[in-house]
Amino acid sequence: MSTSPAISPASGRSLHRFANPGRFLRLSARVLPFLAVPALLLTLGGLAWGLFVAPADYQQGDAMRIIYIHVPAAWLASGGYLGLAICALLSLVWRHPLADLAAVEIGPVGAAFTALCLATGSLWGKPMWGAWWVWDARLTSVLVLFFLYLGHIALVRAFDEPERGYRAGAILALVGVVNLPIIKFSVDWWNTLHQPSTLTVTGAPSMHVDMLWPLLTCILGFSLGFAAVVTARLRAAVMERRIRGLLLAQAQGI
Amino acid sequence: MTHLPYVAASYGLALLVGVAFAADAWLRMRRAARRLEAIDPRGDPRRNRKRAG
Repeated sequence: MSTSPAISPASGRSLHRFANPGRFLRLSARVLPFLAVPALLLTLGGLAWGLFVAPADYQQGDAMRIIYIHVPAAWLASGGYLGLAICALLSLVWRHPLADLAAVEIGPVGAAFTALCLATGSLWGKPMWGAWWVWDARLTSVLVLFFLYLGHIALVRAFDEPERGYRAGAILALVGVVNLPIIKFSVDWWNTLHQPSTLTVTGAPSMHVDMLWPLLTCILGFSLGFAAVVTARLRAAVMERRIRGLLLAQAQGI
Repeated sequence: MTHLPYVAASYGLALLVGVAFAADAWLRMRRAARRLEAIDPRGDPRRNRKRAG
């Protein structure tokens, strides 16, 4: 009786096409300008649009303009962690050599965007709610996400043998994924001070189109910027790994 | 503009985070490329291709 593996080796084979560091460096050098330039234009354009052109909210006034930073930062906080978890899966299941490096490079960028989300939320909350912070389900679950990022950053650097750190970090990244639906649905599952989702996949957006377009522009710009920064950091990490390998080989007289 | 300090602080923080990460990534990439070029005879594949061309 023959048994077939749950995950076919063929499915991982195509993923390893980009595992070759030289191929990755060549490909990423071509892709990087197409990420960085639109990211810069869309982010600056979207922020200027939101700040100077989009109308103020009839209840919240100009404080609502914080949405053009807060929502893209929140999107990338969760999206970045999902990316981290995908890298963890690629590393643990297919042993993809670039997945570990990618996870290491996504961590600090994701943590910074989560911190930005929390900080801008606080700056928005103070004039609207009268408090910098409340132990609301949405805010608390995003704070947990920030700690998960910090835990991942610390864990991957905590071992003398990098492989062990990568594995421990990957397990933490996968376990932490359970927090993402909690963040998403926290405003529906609990009574929260935080407002419900402005943008949903199925429903119509709960904001005027004059505010929606600059917001979507900022989300796209921030996302491309995130991808550009992670790609650049990953390029640097691949080159640094090659440098370490060459220096080690030289030291051993190979 | 109402709530100007809060809005300005938010936009300032966003620019700070963006510029800091972009500059760090670019400098790190450039430093690594130069170092790799100095110690690896094959160097950066992209530069080698340009030289060969």
